[in-house]
This record gives sequence, structure tokens and C-alpha cells, in this order.
Amino acid sequence: MTKAKGLEVSLAVAEAVKQANVDVIAAYPITPQTHIVEELSVYVANGELDAEYVPVESEHTAMSASVGSSAAGARTYTATSAQGLALMHEILFIASGLRLPIVMTVANRALSAPISIWNDHGDIMAERDIGWVQIFAENGQEAYDLSIAAFKIAEDHRVLLPVCVNIDGFILTHMIEPVLFIDQKKIDAFLPPFNPALTLDPKKPVTMGPVGVPEVYAESRKQCEQALINSREIVAEVFDQWGKTFDRNYKLIEKNGPDEAKSLFITMGSMGETTMTAVQELTDSGESVGQVRIRLWRPFPKKEFLNAIAGAEELIIIDRALSPGSHNGPVAQEVKALLYDEPVKPRVHNVIAGLGGRDVTVKDFKKMYAMSRKNELDPNYTIWGVRSDA
Amino acid sequence: MAESAICAWQKLELGTAITTPGNSAELRTGDWKTLRPETDREKCIKCGMCSIYCPEFCISEAEDGYYPADLFYCKGCGICANECPKKAISMIMD
Amino acid sequence: MLNNPGLENFEKITSKNLPRENYISPGHRACQGCAEILALAMVMKVAGPNTIVANATGCMEIVTSPFPQTAWKLPWIHVAFENTAAVASGIEAGIKALKRKNKYQDDLPNVIAVGGDGATADIGLQALSGALERGHNFLYVCLDNEAYMNTGIQRSSSTPYGASTTTSPAGSQSIGQQTWKKDMPGIAAAHNIPYVATANPGFHLDLMNKVKKALTINGPAYLHIYSACPTGWRSKPEKSIEVSKLAVQTNVFPLYEIINGKLTITKKINKPKPVVDYFKTQRRFAHLKEDDLKFIQQKIDEQLARLQRLETDKE
Repeated sequence: MTKAKGLEVSLAVAEAVKQANVDVIAAYPITPQTHIVEELSVYVANGELDAEYVPVESEHTAMSASVGSSAAGARTYTATSAQGLALMHEILFIASGLRLPIVMTVANRALSAPISIWNDHGDIMAERDIGWVQIFAENGQEAYDLSIAAFKIAEDHRVLLPVCVNIDGFILTHMIEPVLFIDQKKIDAFLPPFNPALTLDPKKPVTMGPVGVPEVYAESRKQCEQALINSREIVAEVFDQWGKTFDRNYKLIEKNGPDEAKSLFITMGSMGETTMTAVQELTDSGESVGQVRIRLWRPFPKKEFLNAIAGAEELIIIDRALSPGSHNGPVAQEVKALLYDEPVKPRVHNVIAGLGGRDVTVKDFKKMYAMSRKNELDPNYTIWGVRSDA
Repeated sequence: MAESAICAWQKLELGTAITTPGNSAELRTGDWKTLRPETDREKCIKCGMCSIYCPEFCISEAEDGYYPADLFYCKGCGICANECPKKAISMIMD
Repeated sequence: MLNNPGLENFEKITSKNLPRENYISPGHRACQGCAEILALAMVMKVAGPNTIVANATGCMEIVTSPFPQTAWKLPWIHVAFENTAAVASGIEAGIKALKRKNKYQDDLPNVIAVGGDGATADIGLQALSGALERGHNFLYVCLDNEAYMNTGIQRSSSTPYGASTTTSPAGSQSIGQQTWKKDMPGIAAAHNIPYVATANPGFHLDLMNKVKKALTINGPAYLHIYSACPTGWRSKPEKSIEVSKLAVQTNVFPLYEIINGKLTITKKINKPKPVVDYFKTQRRFAHLKEDDLKFIQQKIDEQLARLQRLETDKE
């Protein structure tokens, strides 16, 4: 466990899922998710993982079969991207509504049209309200670690909700990174076998998914929402335990750079690493700038986020998705709504960057910073690098 | 609406599951009917066809071998009367 | 996928050993004279208590499960409309894995997916095809009442030619449904699964034996059950079984089974009644004229001749 192994991040995620000893994998291939599920099918074929690999005919069925399998009491995993996630849309709400702890990797990718296999967060942002715990990994190590932790979070009886771990398509999935793997025994000790609360058991028949008449629908939704709200604490607890057990510490919201930084970049996913390089260079040249990473996106950790930005005068919120017709990108909407109730509000700049795999470099972040200082960024949002004749 | 549906969200089972199998038995669907079956015991041969074809599953064999309908559930569709090979069942105003 | 169906020691269900225990409770909210719930209950009587049911959105789901009451005495799950075969495949795979890993102590249960004709022949066709192709050991039951009854009698691809529905209304420029009923059992059979059959609750022993065979055979099985709907067909509730029997006696809905590719007509009609006898029981056909009926009769005869050819071809 002490020596890092260099390998493609997709394979590290597959290793994590194998080590979580899943019972069922139901998946449909879509770029850039494929390497994860290919590797899992190899494990099953070799007998390295004792699981049913269900090679379904669509993502809609991947999620539907996952619902069936999880309801039957089996630890269940799937993975998808973009169009595949959109095709699952209907069933994603049902998975959380039925309180089924499915774990899914989303290899984030732009939505069509035009078709793009490259990265942005448009896919998951269209699924913000599915009632799942939604986590973003920044690098290969996180992708591996959080994929295992996800099962523990999902299956905790105080949660019992599906969890999705977002990893940026190609930028992470196809990157070769050094990853520290954990011994199986230690994982087994950390992640106990799935102990479902309610299953489709002929000895104890239950009716799952009855008609939610108007007298019960609101209460039913409230139950799921409260479980999601409560999950914040359990995610923090599991991250804590992870740190204590495996010596790698994760926070719901992570602040990097000088404590007293006046300007803060707000990022999610792999972009955080590039931002951090820019922050470092800017700090070295005497600028007061830092970075805040949102690792837990749903439920949104309000308290931790406000703590992290306390004292900042300016936020540069990087969104990797467009929310057409709105005032801002999705992350900036979230943050602005949060700030409304705060007595002291930082200025907010919103940059929508990296759509459909467009490269965002250290230089770009430094330029964003310079423009924000000069108030040259659009008051609502700027789509970074978009070419225009105007 | 059953009172058990009017409850606090904390009282709901996980995912709003129903854990009381077959509790629709508390619903008096017999209220729906305008006609009810009446069996002429002289004609009845106790074949049980009425029971096989009853979509309310409310006709079953009694100790005396006849097949009375449970009017608590009977919606009065009249299939039993129509299918009786001896025309022993007639539908009368409830 | 075709293998030994394992029916050598099959013990037939007769009126003497008819399973009587019901797994759907009274108090359900099906319409008066609903033959669909009757057929569904017959299926479950044969399946027995060691069964898990996945139910597509539709009449049967709605009438059996409005919170806080359930008519189900079996473990049952409703997820959505188009995916019940997918849900069932997940249940089957989950329990199979748990059993192999020693985490499931009981005997493997029957896994039964239930959907209406819309859930099967239209919106759920892809999920069904996938589940049949993958070879899951489950039974898919299509309860065919020949239109979207739950939403108010809109046409489906399983609605018969000439039937008037709320989206295929008969009018001066239309006969009603303008397409021939989709051959859903034929589509299921094209997956080369070990068991496909048609059934009808008016012939309850035939239906129950088919359920038993379908559950005995290892691998996917498909059962297409004619389900009379007085509300949607504008027939009399008390006539539901009579109408059901007429559908078979006129060869409008022939009863057959296909075991490992071999087709057998299980209810041979020696002197078929004219289709008009069937049509006059339902007001959805009331607008049909003599020429229409002649055309339909001819098509029905052709349909039967085709089945008879298939029956002899394989022998």
C-alpha cells in the first residue's frame, strides 16, 4: 500500500469496484466510461471478481436492472457518461425514491448536440435534482478512494441513497496517474458486507414503488430529501474515517492557498489541479489568491462552503457547464443563492470554461484572475474563449 | 383514504414501501355494485366455475360445498352468473 | 440458448389439483369484470409464494398498489413503464450472484415481469428484447388488453385492426385502428428462447399449465395473455369470459405454445365461429361494415393457416 502504481484512472476505478466486492454490474458502453466496465468484465471473466456482469442493451436498462438488483439485496454498480446518463434520467429519480444504495461512476462528458465525447459537466448538471449523493473527484487517487468510500456512504442505514462519483472524462478516465492501492483485507474491514434494510424477499413480502397518492407524495419526497440532507454528515464521517484508516484526508469543501486570500477560485473536478498551479504562481508573484474545491456537490455543504470563503472579497466561480437562459452557470447559481442570506457578500465572477473538452490552461486561469481584478469579466458570466465576430 | 396514509413523513417505510401484504383486503369494493349474485341452490351443482372466473377473488367454497360470494368485495360484475353452466346464479338489485 | 426444456416429468394441472391459494388480495381497484386481474391472479396461483414480481406501470400496477394498501401478498416492485423486463433481469442477476456467493439461503425464487400490451409491444420492447436475449431465467407476462386502457383507451401496436380507440377513432375517413396487431409472441419467439405461449383466462387450465411450464423451464419464457377489458372494449362486464372464449373459438386469438422452437396449437377449434360473432360483443367494433368484416375474416383465416403451417413444418 505504500508504493504508488502508475495506471489509467479507469482501471483504478475498476479495481476499487472489484475490491468493494460488488455482486452485480449492469453497464452499457459509452465513451469515455468504457475502460472501467471493460476491466470489470475481465475481472468477472477471470473469476477475480465473483459478480454477475449484466451486459445490458441501454443505459436505461443499466439503471433499471441496477434498481432491480439493489432491491433484491445485491451490492450494485454501474457507470456511464453524458447521453447515457441522460437516457437514465427517469430511473435516477426512482433509484433514490426507492432508497437504493447503487453506486455509479459518471465519466463526465458534454451532452449533444453537436455530439462530443469530450469532457464537461453538462451531463451531471442536468441531473442535479435526482436526489443522489454527488461527489467530484479531482485526480486518480481520489477516483479510486472515493469509489470505495461511495459504497460505505450509500449503504449506511442513515443514508440508503444512491451515490455517484464524478470523474472528468478523458482528463481523468484516460490519464495514467500514480495510485496507491489498499490491501483487500483493510478494505474488507472498512467496508462491511451490504446489509440491506428492505429487500424483495418472498419470506417477507413488501410492495416497493406503490402509487403515491396526493396524501403521501409530499411526505415521500420529504423522506428522501431529508436522507440526502442528513447524508452530509455521514459523508464527512466516512471521509474522516478514511483519513484515519488510510492516511488520505478528504474534506467536503477543500480550501487551498493562503488562508487570508482575497480572491478565490471555486472549482469542481480535475480542473482544480490546473487552477492550483495558477494559484501557486499568482501567490508567488504576490497576489492574494486561493482556491476552494467543491468535492461534495449534493447535498451542498453550505456551512463548510461559507467557512471556506469567509473573508474573501471576490469569488471566481468556474463552471464547466452552461445553464442556458439562466443568470449563471450551475455552480455560480448555487453559490449566489447561498450568499443572499449572508450579511457580507463577496463579488462573484462566473466563468464557464472547458465546454466539450476545450483546454483550460494555467495561463487561462491567470488571465481570468487579471480580468476579474480589472472588472473586465461579464457581470453575469463569461463563456471562456468562445470565438465571436462581434 | 385510509388513515394510515395520513401520517408524518417519519412514519413512512423506507422508500414508501408497503410492508403489510394484501392489506387491500380492508377496502370494501362491494360498495361499487348495483347488482349482486344470488344462487339458486336447487340448480347449483357446486362445480365452482363461478369461483374460478371471479375477478374479485371473493367466491370460495364454503363448508357445505356451495360457493357464496363475499359481498364485502363483490363489485357485481355478473361474470359468475354468466359463466354458471346451470344458470343457477341471477343478478338482482342490491 | 435452446436447451433441454426439462419438461419430461411435467405434472399437468387439472381441475383436480388446481392451485387455489390466491396471492392477489380482494379489495383491488380493477374495473368490474376485468379479466386482466383475473389472468394475473391465475398466473400467481401457479407461481406460488416463492415468487418476486416486477410490474410495469399500467392498469395492474395502479389498481393493486395505491398507498397505503397493496393487493400483493408477494414481494412486488414497480419502477417505471418501459423497463419491467430490465428490472426483472436485475432481480434475477442479483439473487443469482447472492446465491452463488452464499448470501442467499433460500431456493431461487420465480422472477416474473408483468406488463400490459403498451409496456410490452411498444415502450418496453427494447428492454424485453434485451432481457430475453441475455437469457435471464425469468417469465415475462404480457397482459394484452389491446390498448392503453390506464390512460384512457389510446391505441397501441397491439390494438386489433378496425378497433376504435381514443387515438384511433373510427370516422368518415378512418376505419379506426389502421394497422394489424403486432405479432408480439412471434417477436419473442424470434429470440430463440425456450418457451413462448399465448393464453387466455377463459381457458384457465391451458393458461395455468403454460405458466407452470414457463416456470419449470430454465431460461427466459414469454407468455402473452389475452385480457378482456370491458371498459376499453365497450363490452358488458359480465361477458368478459364469454368474449375471451369467443376470441379463441373464432381464431381471433389462437392458443399455442412454442417449446424450443416447436409450435403447437394447444386449443384446436374444429368448427370456428365467424369473427362477426366476436366483434358484435364489443362496441369498439360496432362501426365495422360487412366488407370490413369480410376482410378481417380473411386475414384471421390466413393467420391461422400460417400457424398451422408452422405447426406442421416443425414436425
